[in-house]
Amino acid sequence: MLGKLNWSAIPIDQPIPMITSAVVALAILGILAWVVVKGHMPYLWEEWITSVDHKRIGVMYILLAAVMLLRGFADAIMMRGQQAVAFHSQGYLPPEHFNQIFSAHGTIMIFFVAMPFVIGLMNLVVPLQLGVRDVAFPTLNSVGFWLTATGALLVNISLVIGEFARTGWLPYPPLSELTYSPGVGVDYYLWSLEISGVGTLVAGINLVTTVLKLRTRGMTLLRMPMFCWTTLASNLLIVAAFPILTATLAMLILDRYFGFHFFTNEAGGNMMMFMNLIWAWGHPEVYILILPAFGVFSEVVSTFSGKPLFGYRSMVLATMAICVISFMVWLHHFFTMGAGPDVNAIFGIASMIIAVPTGVKIYNWLFTMYGGRVRFATPMLWSIGFMVTFIIGGLTGVLVAVPPADFLLHNSLFLVAHFHNVIIGGVLFGAFAGYTYWFPKAFGFRLHEGFGKAAFWFWLIGFYVAFMPLYAVGMLGMTRRMQHYDVPEWRPWLMLAAFGAVLILIGIVFQILQLVVSIRHRDELCDRTGDPWHGRSLEWATASPPPVFNFAIPPDVRGEGAYWAMKTHAQRQDLEKHEPEYEDIEMPRNSPTGFVCAFFATVMGFALIWHIWWMVAAGLVGAFATFVAFAWRDHDEYVIPAAEVARIDRANLAERRALLGAAGSS
Amino acid sequence: MADQTMAYADGDPHHVRGALEHSGPASKRIVTGYGFWIFILSDMVMFSAFFATYAVLLGQTAGGPRGGQLFDLPNVAIETGFLLASSFTCGLATIAADARNKFWFQIAMTVTCLLGLAFLTIEGREFASLVARGAGPTRSAFLSAFFTLVGCHGLHVSGGILWLLTMMAQVFAKGFRADIQRRILCFALFWHALDIIWIAVFTVVYLLGSAA
Repeated sequence: MLGKLNWSAIPIDQPIPMITSAVVALAILGILAWVVVKGHMPYLWEEWITSVDHKRIGVMYILLAAVMLLRGFADAIMMRGQQAVAFHSQGYLPPEHFNQIFSAHGTIMIFFVAMPFVIGLMNLVVPLQLGVRDVAFPTLNSVGFWLTATGALLVNISLVIGEFARTGWLPYPPLSELTYSPGVGVDYYLWSLEISGVGTLVAGINLVTTVLKLRTRGMTLLRMPMFCWTTLASNLLIVAAFPILTATLAMLILDRYFGFHFFTNEAGGNMMMFMNLIWAWGHPEVYILILPAFGVFSEVVSTFSGKPLFGYRSMVLATMAICVISFMVWLHHFFTMGAGPDVNAIFGIASMIIAVPTGVKIYNWLFTMYGGRVRFATPMLWSIGFMVTFIIGGLTGVLVAVPPADFLLHNSLFLVAHFHNVIIGGVLFGAFAGYTYWFPKAFGFRLHEGFGKAAFWFWLIGFYVAFMPLYAVGMLGMTRRMQHYDVPEWRPWLMLAAFGAVLILIGIVFQILQLVVSIRHRDELCDRTGDPWHGRSLEWATASPPPVFNFAIPPDVRGEGAYWAMKTHAQRQDLEKHEPEYEDIEMPRNSPTGFVCAFFATVMGFALIWHIWWMVAAGLVGAFATFVAFAWRDHDEYVIPAAEVARIDRANLAERRALLGAAGSS
Repeated sequence: MADQTMAYADGDPHHVRGALEHSGPASKRIVTGYGFWIFILSDMVMFSAFFATYAVLLGQTAGGPRGGQLFDLPNVAIETGFLLASSFTCGLATIAADARNKFWFQIAMTVTCLLGLAFLTIEGREFASLVARGAGPTRSAFLSAFFTLVGCHGLHVSGGILWLLTMMAQVFAKGFRADIQRRILCFALFWHALDIIWIAVFTVVYLLGSAA
């Protein structure tokens, strides 16, 4: 009846997961109770859960990323703690638990922190920057988000029911095959990524179509803000790379569930094919994450230097070059496979070449700052911290791209330090810069600067203290994923790294405090104009938070830096004198399709993990029925009358006129 | 200083003003079709992963039967004929939908459905006979790759038939509304794309596989 599921699946003898999950369950129940008692449930359901508004969905993506960042960081600090104490001893984490933690840490940080964070930012900002009212497929957007949330939920369920994979964040066979991993851990991994992968693909298709087909009048490709370009490149990569992940994991599923022989030791299976396939997705994935961050930095550096982006066209070219070359370097993840010197040399050179467009970008940002009036607000601090940190990470990357060097550094902590250097210093700093930069756009008030700066410094210094020692200890020969060790030379470095993790923890505490304090003081931090940073692109041309339709009148773009031009040129007079002619606006109606679909996906995923076949069938039927019900509705849009549009828009125009008046008189 | 910066930004530093003007968002039909094309491309990337796997594992028969000993090419040719014919009738359904002719639309879709079912039946019988001969997917890596690639296409056709029936019901219940016309467009794209993939399956799996 319940497949492999029985009471022994709950790890009652292990205090850490039990206590953690009890606390989390209590917190969730508490929040739910508060929501229900306070009567917020209808608001939550109607305005958020069923929302198809790209801004709301973007915010929910980022919220998911933030929550999962806490979970992933908890794993991280446990690992650093374990390695700090596990010298000549077993530490406090038994091996099977430690293995689950490093696997969960990587899986969560990549798939459920970095991905939702950048997709959330793109969702929130790109339609605004393009001057359009929503993404191409609003309901599908909601489906994509909720499927991502399903994946995150399944990973977290594995904490209490069953176990998570012990195979690392990429389940290399034959270890991940049924013979060596008979438990449900790998199945949790596989199904949560298959489901959330569909969500990511949907988001990718949506954003590519939005950028290529929905831009407002006059927004030619070469007038798009840089963030839209990097969004385009990143989502093209999603569309081209995620299907490979889906296919590869499907093959592993077939091996595990039906005894196929794709990656097994026997019957002709080829486990190195898994490495090739998974990295044919995995290396583009690296750029899927970093390209949107590059876009954020381009926006931030240009805004806070008060200048247009230096070398815009070379930036576009560099972005698209990275987009293409990222598919030609995957083999550098396993030079040690033994493909021979010729193959290794080609992939090594390709890996070095991809550093060139990245270098172009760095110079462009530096020259954008050069001669500008740089304002050192928090988003700008993250950007400068990024430039310094990412260069170091990039240089160590070029170092491991040299095959002979890689043979020595492969799977060492040097590698771990390298990819944290680029992912934390690049993707995460970019995400935080974007979060601080666009927060006032999403909510109408700024984040507290003091706490933001404190968080930045603790993160930056914490990062260096935590990861520079890992370079050193990697050079000393320490391999990754060690539960305990007995080399005395490693110990001081690992203790230092653990201290760095504590500094990062303080940074995270400051970020939470920043959010709480900012919400409490939202009246003082309020931004009525919609343009708190003196921005250049169209997202600042509308109110904060933007009305559901984004723009009362679709903007007509006449050049680069569309909003800057509007502010400083003839349209200033237009804004003051002419009342635009408002028209009725049709907007897509909210729909629970995404949420209901994700509910069935969760049921189905859980049932597949535990081999509960009747429940799988029920989930499939439910999901199909949901789509048919969605397809059957007769009214998918509602109309906002012109008078209402005018009322909303006039209020914002009045604020802007006041700002322009103040600027003109000063 | 401030004025200079503004003047610089005001201009058109890269002289793109004279370049192609952009007239604004595309129509819903174009946006939907375009988005669905991108989905089809991503689906083809997924198939290409299975094709690559098949190519790698083609010789890995683990002492079991090879492609040439298993494939019944005349049978596969008939199967192919059914699928290609279904694409033709699917095209007729599109024409009927454009002409807003419910009667011919339903006829053409029914024929498409029957041809698709015939295709699936032949494929199912082929799979069953292979398994009965001890050449199931667990026999060797080659057969794992074969069953997965061809089966994945078969699953797509099955899903397509489910979609086809849903579209027939929608047109029956609601007529040729604009949103239903867009879905018919997407369905047609999907069905024709499965044909393209089958051409590759026929060539790579059956023809080249028989030679191996």
